[in-house]
Amino acid sequence: MKQDIILAGVGGQGILSIATVIGSAALSQGLYIKQAEVHGMSQRGGDVQSHLRLSSDPIHSDLIPHGAADMIVSLEPMEALRYLPYLSPEGWIVTNTVPFQNIPNYPDIDKVLSELQRLPRAITLDVEAAAKEVMSPRSANMVLLGAASSVMGILDPAKLRDGIRRIFSRKGDAIVDANIKAFDAGLKLSGQCRK
Amino acid sequence: MAQKQLLLGDEALALGALHAGLSGVYAYPGTPSTEITEFIQAHPLTRDRKVHCAWSANEKTAMEEALGMSFAGKRTLVCMKHVGMNVCADPFMGSATTGANGGLVVAACDDPSMHSSQNEQDSRFWGTFALVPVFEPSSQQEAYEMMRSAFEYSESRGIPVLMRLTTRLSHSRAAVQCADDSDALPQNALKLPKDERQWCTLPANARVRYRQLVQDYARFEQDAAESPYNRLQDGPDRSLGIIACGIAYNYLMENYPDGCPHPVLKISQYPFPKELIVKLSGMCDRILVLEEGQPLLEERMHGVFATGVRVSGRLDGSLPRTGELSPDCVRQALGLPANKEFPASAVVAPRPPALCKGCGHRDLFTALNAVMKKDYPQGRAFSDIGCYTLGWLPPFEAIQTCVEMGASITMAQGAAYSGLWPAVAVIGDSTFTHSGMTGLLDAVNEKSDITVCISDNLTTGMTGGQDSAGTGRLEAICEALGVDPAHIRTFEPLPANYPEMERILREEIEYHGVSVIISRRECLQTLRRHAKK
Repeated sequence: MKQDIILAGVGGQGILSIATVIGSAALSQGLYIKQAEVHGMSQRGGDVQSHLRLSSDPIHSDLIPHGAADMIVSLEPMEALRYLPYLSPEGWIVTNTVPFQNIPNYPDIDKVLSELQRLPRAITLDVEAAAKEVMSPRSANMVLLGAASSVMGILDPAKLRDGIRRIFSRKGDAIVDANIKAFDAGLKLSGQCRK
Repeated sequence: MAQKQLLLGDEALALGALHAGLSGVYAYPGTPSTEITEFIQAHPLTRDRKVHCAWSANEKTAMEEALGMSFAGKRTLVCMKHVGMNVCADPFMGSATTGANGGLVVAACDDPSMHSSQNEQDSRFWGTFALVPVFEPSSQQEAYEMMRSAFEYSESRGIPVLMRLTTRLSHSRAAVQCADDSDALPQNALKLPKDERQWCTLPANARVRYRQLVQDYARFEQDAAESPYNRLQDGPDRSLGIIACGIAYNYLMENYPDGCPHPVLKISQYPFPKELIVKLSGMCDRILVLEEGQPLLEERMHGVFATGVRVSGRLDGSLPRTGELSPDCVRQALGLPANKEFPASAVVAPRPPALCKGCGHRDLFTALNAVMKKDYPQGRAFSDIGCYTLGWLPPFEAIQTCVEMGASITMAQGAAYSGLWPAVAVIGDSTFTHSGMTGLLDAVNEKSDITVCISDNLTTGMTGGQDSAGTGRLEAICEALGVDPAHIRTFEPLPANYPEMERILREEIEYHGVSVIISRRECLQTLRRHAKK
């Protein structure tokens, strides 16, 4: 069993915390894991992506081949589309719908969203609004992880919640609870945001 | 008790070094190598064992400091990005002559595809050039384990070892089986070299030593042929044989989930194991060479190791000539059908990196543009390596050059001598202490007509905010180098200060000698971090 995930977003949005939580959950399950990320210049407002691979068997490549990703999880809608060639024909896109517009030639957001809607399997939601709704405004990335967990066969939501607890425990119970609430909100919303 | 830890390739290498009895790491930050030193700095063993871990001013000083530690018999690690090898080339080449006493490992992290670099360089060339063995791990686990082997090898053969990583290993995490900290090897005791002669490279000594080194190199080659890190495995389909160096092995195996049908030679220790290469060539009709970086082995296959067998790789177009390898390009080279994939989206726009909103570099560029574009359109701004290199891009387009660390001041000087005016240099504080100070001394000695702007954000910003060697002392350094104190000016780059900034820039451009303008405001990223503490 394997799960290849492209995590995408803009530098500073918090895709690496999503990777850290999934990584912790995977390690506790004895899964093999590889996670390639980009550091350095691209952090500064540029596009960032991470290749996250989980498997019950040893993993060779740190990079996911084209057409092999089971999921693209993105905190930004245009960034979700950037990695389309990596997506398997049976793969899911799980993405935030709110654009991060820091470039002058950002495309018409309606075009971006309609292209996402045309894909066979997509979960699209406003993760920031969902996070605010459950009073966890700084945990929008965990809303996204919650939504993604609904189609992540290799790790069930309970294991990911354990991961959240482990990763955020240093920061105190309030932070852990806010992140769990955000995660659960995303999981709950995923059904109605799915096509 | 062994345990599993989720570690970047850089971190696995760092932990491997600590567990192998490291006494000191010497480094200057540079993507993708920075995390090696940062991991060591944060590790409890470092504190308990007083492992040296402060940043060096540049890669040359780092290499020399480490060489001193090796002389004293201790195990030491030098870390840098690939272009750092150019900066420390002199002591690195020298270290092949002196040899190593305490284990000396030089970790060079290459960045093929230039994710965060100005060129592609394959550091394996340095091994052949200096006659130094090279280790190239193919996984995080190997990075951890190889550090101990590398120290032991360095000490047993009395030679530095070059450890080569590339971005996709440096910056990829995996679970690594590692020893407990309590099982870390003890550090070496102070112990001087048996033969101190070779540490003074007078020609008379160096000639003797170089002859010895050439002989030793044949021994290194034999070691590589027998190394557990180099493995020849047979396969039923001998129409093709594959040589996979370092992480290229992973891209090969990714494409054969049930095992590779062809004979494969996996190489992770150099010099190239000639014996194994010739053996594989004799077994197969054609050889495909997979190497991350430049076609170092492939060229040899045509020349030095020529056996008449047909060779494919980056030179015959089977693989792209530039850029890093991927499972996809290796798949194509293996002649396997491409995976089905979605076409690339047509609506996606590029999102290049940009200076942070509110960054002091932005305000310096705004003021510099107001002066240069309006009053001195014939002038040029020579710049350097750092976040501020992004000032070349719109909306600023405030600088015209960037070559390597320190070239801003020296290029401005050469251009000024040639009659270009105004010749402005824009350099960061950390780049200035890395390689700008000596150039400024040249400019002072020549009384060059240049205006140097040091954009001082009190840190090494681009690599994530490491200590900068001259923080708090830039004015004193410039004055000590001989810049007239009347022409060392300082301002705080903020929109409210634009009139003052523009006035000072104009005054110093109009001064026909060396002036230094220090534009000082803390990096927003480190400011945020300090505020949290």
